[in-house]
Amino acid sequence: MISCPVCDVAVAIPSQSRLSEILECADCRSELEILSLDPVTLALAPEVEEDWGE
Amino acid sequence: MNQGDTAQIAVLACAVRADERRLLDALDRRKVSYACLDTRQLSFAPGSPPAAFPWQLVMNREIGQVRAAYAARSLQAAGVTVMNDAACIEVCGDKWRTSLALAAAGLPAPRTALGLTPQAGLDALDQIGYPALIKPLTGSWGRLIAELRDRQLASELFEYVAALPGPQSHLVYVQELIVKPGRDIRAIVVGGDLIGATYRIAADLKTNVARGATSKPCPPTPELAKLAIEAAAAVGADIAAVDLVEDRSGNLLVLEVNHRVEFSGFQHAMGDRVDVAGRIADLLIGRASQCQN
Repeated sequence: MISCPVCDVAVAIPSQSRLSEILECADCRSELEILSLDPVTLALAPEVEEDWGE
Repeated sequence: MNQGDTAQIAVLACAVRADERRLLDALDRRKVSYACLDTRQLSFAPGSPPAAFPWQLVMNREIGQVRAAYAARSLQAAGVTVMNDAACIEVCGDKWRTSLALAAAGLPAPRTALGLTPQAGLDALDQIGYPALIKPLTGSWGRLIAELRDRQLASELFEYVAALPGPQSHLVYVQELIVKPGRDIRAIVVGGDLIGATYRIAADLKTNVARGATSKPCPPTPELAKLAIEAAAAVGADIAAVDLVEDRSGNLLVLEVNHRVEFSGFQHAMGDRVDVAGRIADLLIGRASQCQN
């Protein structure tokens, strides 16, 4: 089990997760990015930038 | 088409969010070989494709407008086909350029003006009338859109605009406020076909799903389909989300055209009626075949 880098609570990693996939910590609601898959490592996802969107 | 035939496909994205996940899953279901590339790790040199960039067709799902546009320009200069292409990204990413494209195609849109200074924008509003909107030239999800109820409010707000840093900030894009019937319409066009439409419902002026609006299916009329398809064509989009609004008379006007389609709310509302990711994947695979020929 991998821990949330923000709140340290265990984060469930869905099967067939993808590199750079964005997950939400169920406990602290932080957006997390999958940095690697084997082993799984997580980091706080980048903040929304001014030009993000459609 | 077997895996080897489509190995030239790459998907550009700095993050795999719900929509990207659906697209990648759709490609997987079609047993297509592709690469998913993190735009944050790309660099380009003029003149030739990067040695490590063997792909011929790129789906651009980069969420940042600037990165998306520069990546597309760089790849196209190197002979790579990009969907949507750089010209489309640049037009859709600039509200004024979108307005020009829609007007050139003769499509209905709210009355709009670009003031090259805040004062010129204020003068333009005397022609458009109040209430009106000021919108940033670039930006998404309804950010920094403000309602201008009267000239005094506009004048005061434009003082702040004049104090913003950067010359582009001083270009003032103003638009007639169309009083929405509590909703607007999102129509998704893929490869020149309307694949569906939804109402986006919100009590607020801003009906972006990213801001909490809810979606429900909108039966597409022939008029809606024609307008959405023509709007996508006007900006050169292979894949587009066309946002439309109904005016008081029920006539449809084009608000904007989005090149990097977000479709979670749309897909949720439409359920099994349409598979947005699947339609986009099919278009991509078909285009990959053309790239090979």
